[in-house]
Amino acid sequence: MLNINNLHVSLEEEDKQILKGVDLTVEAGKVHAIMGPNGSGKSTLSYVLSGKEGYEVTEGSADLLGEDLLEIDPEERAALGLFLAFQYPVEIPGVGNMTFLRTAVNSQRKARGEDEMSASEFLKVVRERAKSLKIDADMLKRPVNVGFSGGEKKRNEILQMAMLEPKMCILDETDSGLDVDAMKLVAEGVNALRNEGRGFLVITHYQRLLDHIKPDVVHIMANGRIVKTGGPELALEVEQNGYADILAEVA
Amino acid sequence: MALAQVKIEATEERLNTLDMPQEGWSTAAREDALMRLRSMGLPSRRDEYWKYTRPDTLVQPTAPDAAVLHTDEVPVFDALGRLKIVFVDGVFSADESDDLTLEGVTIERLAGATADIHWAKGLYGVLENNGQNPVERPLAALNTAYATDGVLIHVTGTPSKPINLIYRHISNSSDAILHHVLKIDKGAEVTILENGPAAARFNKCMEIDVADGAKFHHVRAQGRDHERRAATHIFARLGTESSFKSFTLTANGVMTRNECVIELTGDDAHATVAGAALGDGDFHHDDTVFITHDAVNCESRQVFKKVLRNGATGVFQGKILVKSGAQKTDGYQISQSLLLDEDSQFLAKPELEIYADDVACSHGSTSGAIDEEALFYLRSRGVPVGEATDMLTLSFLAEAVEEIEHSTLAEEINERLAAWLARRRG
Repeated sequence: MLNINNLHVSLEEEDKQILKGVDLTVEAGKVHAIMGPNGSGKSTLSYVLSGKEGYEVTEGSADLLGEDLLEIDPEERAALGLFLAFQYPVEIPGVGNMTFLRTAVNSQRKARGEDEMSASEFLKVVRERAKSLKIDADMLKRPVNVGFSGGEKKRNEILQMAMLEPKMCILDETDSGLDVDAMKLVAEGVNALRNEGRGFLVITHYQRLLDHIKPDVVHIMANGRIVKTGGPELALEVEQNGYADILAEVA
Repeated sequence: MALAQVKIEATEERLNTLDMPQEGWSTAAREDALMRLRSMGLPSRRDEYWKYTRPDTLVQPTAPDAAVLHTDEVPVFDALGRLKIVFVDGVFSADESDDLTLEGVTIERLAGATADIHWAKGLYGVLENNGQNPVERPLAALNTAYATDGVLIHVTGTPSKPINLIYRHISNSSDAILHHVLKIDKGAEVTILENGPAAARFNKCMEIDVADGAKFHHVRAQGRDHERRAATHIFARLGTESSFKSFTLTANGVMTRNECVIELTGDDAHATVAGAALGDGDFHHDDTVFITHDAVNCESRQVFKKVLRNGATGVFQGKILVKSGAQKTDGYQISQSLLLDEDSQFLAKPELEIYADDVACSHGSTSGAIDEEALFYLRSRGVPVGEATDMLTLSFLAEAVEEIEHSTLAEEINERLAAWLARRRG
């Protein structure tokens, strides 16, 4: 599904290399987790894959379903099936959440040459999916993320994911700023979307999110590279001993 | 202070092209206005309140030509039930207008009101004259003296539908001067809609007396002919517990100066003046607002948003004056521009002058570009960059549009804003 080969990325503004040769393959139906200390390049990886400006790819490649991701615009990546759940979802005053969702869904459908969703059909689907995430009518009506609590913002991200039905989902520190109950709710939302055709890349500092979203593969990232790959037990090892032991081991 | 010779000459040169209509009751007011005008002279670039806007083309003896915009677009308020009053290049069109009778209101044309005694005598030129101090507004005095027509609307109840003043523009060289007077009786309520480019050059004045407990709603869309010029004035006096809400959409127009002068004279009154302006290229738009609080516990809001690109210019001069007895005043003022490139400019002069000690007044003015974080967020959800930019532009304008009380009117305005942006996207 997602293939990343020897990806090197530096910041456009300053001569600083962040990713120094990332190799990663996420298969359909699998959940991969990336853990790592602060500054290891985890968030940069998610931004580069989704097309944020300000980064320069100096070497390597990334493709989704055989399409070169790095050559196309963010909206084209989205239409191809890539979704990034933001660590800090952006507030957009004056644009209703519902209008935003519908524009996004229909833009993607249009880009793929599919029929747009009618207003009534959309309303039915959105209500049903919002309900399971405990998103009420008021949150749907309000401007995108404006005045939402941390938990509400993250649930809203998952609702967007549920509506857009992406093939490859990247979750960038979705657990940050969430209490235990909010994290459970978000994790349930993600788990409900797990299926054979969909890949997940879950970026997190802590093991606790992975108690709720069980990964198939765990990667440890440090200093711009994946330094170790293993099963779910690797996350437990990090939880017990911190990153120091692993980093010392691979150094 | 004696007027500069050059100013006297410019003023006389302009006056030579005009004839004062003779209508009985209004003659004295017109002659007074002419005296006022001669004592202040027409505006020049050296005047304090014309620093950011060149008055030349508004003052010169004849109107610069303005091509008529041909479009298949349905005019803005056409889908609404309303009473239509149509002026073509400033000339009343009986054929296109509805019968001027409507329950709860009496409507007359200024040009037809020839009686010696008329209710409008107490207002015509009176609110304009009050509004000349402390800032001179010579183009309004010129309007009072020389207006060829307009409507006199006396609201006694609550008419079932809005009154729509439609200003069509069909001549490239028309120079129109219209003056409207509204008297809204105690507890009465009316909605006035205005739309259309009016003329190559348009000078319009509206005087509004809002009695105790009365309500005035106003939504206008200034026509989008690129070369048209307009200088408009609103003068309003608000009684106790009355409400005044005015919103203006300006899309295109090489020169627009909209002045609004409001005096809150009764306790617990409310005034809102809002505007959304969209300019692309040869566009100069100026909102000049002066709100005087002269009563207790009144609220006023000024909300102005401008979207500027390709070298367009936006100006905002807004003042809140709180007189010494006007305790518990709540004044709010915000003026913001979204600059879509580095060639466009926004000039803002917010002013507060406060003589009471128990008031809350806030003001803010900003200029900025499209928020890149928000743009990326929308694009990452699949919204193409052009549409995403438009969504964020509408989001920027929303605070001004939200000041319109009637949701159907707000939707109409939003549709026009979206259509303007979509046309620019091509």
